[in-house]
Amino acid sequence: MDKMTQLLKLLENTDTIELNEFRMDFEELELNIMPAIQQVVQTAQRQAQQAEIVREAILAEEFKPPIYNYPGEVAEVQLGAGTRKPVFLGGQKALYRFEEPQPNPPVVTFDVFDIPMPGLPRPIREHFEDVMEHPGDWAKKAVKDFGANMVTIHLIGTGPKVMDKTPQQAAAAIEEVLQAVDVPIVIGGSGNPEKDPEVLEKAAEVAEGERCLIASANKDMDWERIGNAAKKYGHNILSWTQLDMNNQRELNRKLLKVVEMPRDRIVMDPTTAALGYGLDYAYTNMERIRLAALGGDDELNFPMSSGTTNAWGAREAWMKESPMPEDSEWGTRDFRGPLWEIYTGLPLALAGVNLFMMMHPLSVRVLKETTQALLGMIEGEKVDISNWIKEV
Amino acid sequence: MKVQSPLEVYNYLPGTNCKECGEETCMAFASKLIDRSKSLDLCKEILDDSYKEEYEKLKEMLSPEIKEIIIGIGDKAVHVGGEDVLYRHQLTFYNQPPFAYDVTDVMDEKEITERVNFVSNYKKFYVGSFLRLDMIAIRSVSDDPKKFAECVKKVKDLTELPLILMSFNPDVLEAGLEVVKDKRPLVYAANEDNWQKVAELIDKYKVPVVLFSPDLDKLASLAKTFVEMGMNELILDPGTYPSGKQLMSTFERFIKLRRSAIKDGNKDVAFPIIGIPAIASLVSKGKDELEQAISESILTILETIKYGDLLVFHNIAPYVILPAIHLRFNIYTDPRSPVRVEPGLFEMGTPDENSPLFLTTNFALTYFTVKSDLESNNINSYLLVVDSDGICVEASVAGGQLNPGKIKEAIEATKAKEKIKHNTLVLPGLAARLSGSTEDETGMKVLVGPTDSGRIAKWMEDHWQTKA
Ligand code: SF4
Repeated sequence: MDKMTQLLKLLENTDTIELNEFRMDFEELELNIMPAIQQVVQTAQRQAQQAEIVREAILAEEFKPPIYNYPGEVAEVQLGAGTRKPVFLGGQKALYRFEEPQPNPPVVTFDVFDIPMPGLPRPIREHFEDVMEHPGDWAKKAVKDFGANMVTIHLIGTGPKVMDKTPQQAAAAIEEVLQAVDVPIVIGGSGNPEKDPEVLEKAAEVAEGERCLIASANKDMDWERIGNAAKKYGHNILSWTQLDMNNQRELNRKLLKVVEMPRDRIVMDPTTAALGYGLDYAYTNMERIRLAALGGDDELNFPMSSGTTNAWGAREAWMKESPMPEDSEWGTRDFRGPLWEIYTGLPLALAGVNLFMMMHPLSVRVLKETTQALLGMIEGEKVDISNWIKEV
Repeated sequence: MKVQSPLEVYNYLPGTNCKECGEETCMAFASKLIDRSKSLDLCKEILDDSYKEEYEKLKEMLSPEIKEIIIGIGDKAVHVGGEDVLYRHQLTFYNQPPFAYDVTDVMDEKEITERVNFVSNYKKFYVGSFLRLDMIAIRSVSDDPKKFAECVKKVKDLTELPLILMSFNPDVLEAGLEVVKDKRPLVYAANEDNWQKVAELIDKYKVPVVLFSPDLDKLASLAKTFVEMGMNELILDPGTYPSGKQLMSTFERFIKLRRSAIKDGNKDVAFPIIGIPAIASLVSKGKDELEQAISESILTILETIKYGDLLVFHNIAPYVILPAIHLRFNIYTDPRSPVRVEPGLFEMGTPDENSPLFLTTNFALTYFTVKSDLESNNINSYLLVVDSDGICVEASVAGGQLNPGKIKEAIEATKAKEKIKHNTLVLPGLAARLSGSTEDETGMKVLVGPTDSGRIAKWMEDHWQTKA
């Protein structure tokens, strides 16, 4: 190539010319292309003033993974004994897997009710329509078809304003579920502060030795009686407070000091608010509780449970369409519901929740798979993303 | 930011207590600067030339741990990064990660137009205002500079939203940059192979750039190199992978980068992080609609919560967007200011003495939801907002912040009884258990409304028309 052609070649691409390539003998050049050359020189000079594009990358110091030590650890709780296959919660000694191997991946317990629950959203009803008359069948389906690690039997029917079932009737529902499945079970009341202590006491008695989780002791009702029943019949207790870490600490302390519940038999429910309806409070409250536990607070270092089913209370999860005419389309509610449950549960998994009470089979599957993937338990499909821009 | 105590800041303020900034004293202003509730430019005196040195010093002291970068121009410009903490309760997270949705240079005109218009016009009402989407990402699939430039031109003519130009080919990027050079787009991306060429472009067009490498050593080195060359408007892409162990490492890289920057003071990586949930479709393409939605949603959740400062999406199905924008809003809500409204009695539409009197709490979300449901359904009514310390109905009933005594006080303070002649109060369905005690306390007849105010219109048909 003669000098002229070389130069013209350079000129084609003046924007990316590099200063150190621009070494040529100006005297040899024809005068009539001088203006063009001047332009090149100016461009090159301008670039030189602005930045010098270096040839070799400058090496940063080796990236040190930020790994910390934590003085505290989360208690490990065993759910299920006797005729149950046990499941373990908690035991975490660090916030993240890359700091310290994480024991006991999150566990999901399926909601089952002692009455047919006509009010359940359609996307859930359609999976359980055939078994809703019998809590035993319902539980069996959750375990067999949908891989439930555990089952929660909610004794809603005992509510005075629901069906006012007697504690004996409630006990029968529990026996039915215990017969039907061999996973650990959670036993929940109707939420009625007057009746729950009596109902849960009876329930604890008929399930003696099965190491269930009794849900729950809370400050609104006779927590001492419920806690004592859980302790006496060999169960765990769910310590439930409303979005307040200090109240949670206080109730835990009472269970430890007054009921004298062993440390490895307490699970906390700091309250789950749905995405869009206070999830920020629930998330931060739980994150703070977990940080406190790892920081050595021995009144908050218990596994956490989330009533993720609350997600279905969000209108975005169940309403056919937006009641606001200005809103853009919400999309099909068959998908919105399960996604809302995932979007409520997964953030709380990141905040440290160990046990999820859930309802929709798809949400359950996704939550389990994702939390297990984050612990390195799932190999997954490997992809090369170096050219993703073109391949997505 | 580097400073913790207001005193350190105070030392550089004028100290005249002139109150121009809206605070009583310079010291008070200093503490507002520390918690980032006010910005330095509100102090008029320090803007004076005589304080130049102090001003510069303060600017530096107060700058956030993670660099803040502006993309786009005008009203729609977005702020990316600028974060100071690892956990929102430690202060707050600041800049909601902008959501960008992709188009490509091989899409036909119709598809591009539809996608861009959908994204530009999207809105969802929430807590008193509308949630919206923020950016368009233009991917070069053709790898042809001319095609890319045409596509960028099309998008530019359709929307004011800020743009991301995406290609690993510098010639393609340059063709796009030429079209929108005055719009301050974001360039994606410099990688191990092309970084010198991309650096030349960044230097020429003076725009922010993404550095891409899933290897954190290399990523930090790239960042250091760019800073060394005088380019510091950087965004880091540590790689987003959709599943299994790769997903785990993705999540961990985001956390490691942010922790290293904020807690260990590693300046090389103190830049915003970009997450690419769109990459989910590398594995979910061809699967059913719901699976596709889920795989992109998982990445969205992980990267919204753990430190994504800007996210790029592919899926524009409305049911995929809906939860994502709520999660972002929730996580970036300032936890220091409980979202509450003033209690009181409010008129919805044009109520008269026969109109119903509804009650709700002063939790902002509850209030705005009820208000918009009443108004959009043209239900002329009174809404009594009771002070529940900003807690929602269900939790405040359980926690006692909403109780018959408080309700009575609110009725007396607002003279609500005088507005109506039916002496009836409608409680939210979630406060049903207060109905008896509220009747006793207030001497009013109490009806229990629906548990979701979206059903008030239907409830009115069944319970109110007949009554009135
Ligand atoms: S405006 Fe500046 S000088 Fe005046 S009181 Fe505020 S901080 Fe002090």
